[in-house]
Amino acid sequence: MRFKTLLLTALFALPASADDDYIKPIADQVTKDECSACHLAFPASMLPKASWEKIMANLDNHFGEDASLDVQTTERITEYLIAEAGDTGFWSSKFLRGLDSQNSPIRITETQYWIREHRGISDAKWKSERVGSKANCVACHRGAERGYYEDD
Amino acid sequence: MKSLRWMSIAATLLAPTVNAESIDSILSHYTDSARTEAPSFSGFDANRGKDLYFKEFNAGKKDTPSCTSCHTNNPTQAGETRAGKSIDPMAVSVNAKRYQSLKKTEKWFRRNCKSVLGRECTAAEKGDFLMFMKNS
Repeated sequence: MRFKTLLLTALFALPASADDDYIKPIADQVTKDECSACHLAFPASMLPKASWEKIMANLDNHFGEDASLDVQTTERITEYLIAEAGDTGFWSSKFLRGLDSQNSPIRITETQYWIREHRGISDAKWKSERVGSKANCVACHRGAERGYYEDD
Repeated sequence: MKSLRWMSIAATLLAPTVNAESIDSILSHYTDSARTEAPSFSGFDANRGKDLYFKEFNAGKKDTPSCTSCHTNNPTQAGETRAGKSIDPMAVSVNAKRYQSLKKTEKWFRRNCKSVLGRECTAAEKGDFLMFMKNS
């Protein structure tokens, strides 16, 4: 019985981790709580280390808002994001394809991969009541908080 | 094992007293600070807090000229961040989870006053604002 459960779990877990639509969500609770207070806690692998460093060094002007945190929390979150960044592991994240390593973006929406994946989405749709912002992933990717980015 | 259980029961019983912060304790903290800011301080005023809530500023960030930019014209309703995420209402009458921690309250005043007013709020402004939320 137990073996069967294990086997089933393994079978279900396998396609999920190999799935192209799965991107590991933020696992660190402090990082998750702080980032998700205003927006989806964007997965660390969506940007390289250099991008996270820039973002975390400028929290007092965070895309038009003051998102500053105390020094200790800022350091902890920076450490986590760098440890999980798109260029940390052996295999680079697909979000890093074609990025200029000397001039890393601070917006995920400026990566080649993101742009290609969202081509064909009209301006009207971005500006619609339901979406409103390109940072509003969950408007279309209902499973984004759990790491699933298939369309709804 | 047995002592662990007792310890956890004791911790549960003690936790609320250790962490007893409420809108009233936060208000009394701001009363002390407001007296230090201005010896003539004579109490908070929900109407001044309401004016602050609705006022449009131009010294802050351009996308957030007013509290209402994200929190709507009605603090008993849910707001929305610029990134499209829902913000729980701020009025005490509909959201008992608010204002349970001075640290958290201070964090959001610091950030949002800078975003909206372009400066930190005074203790008098924070107290007025909280009185408005307490009465809303």
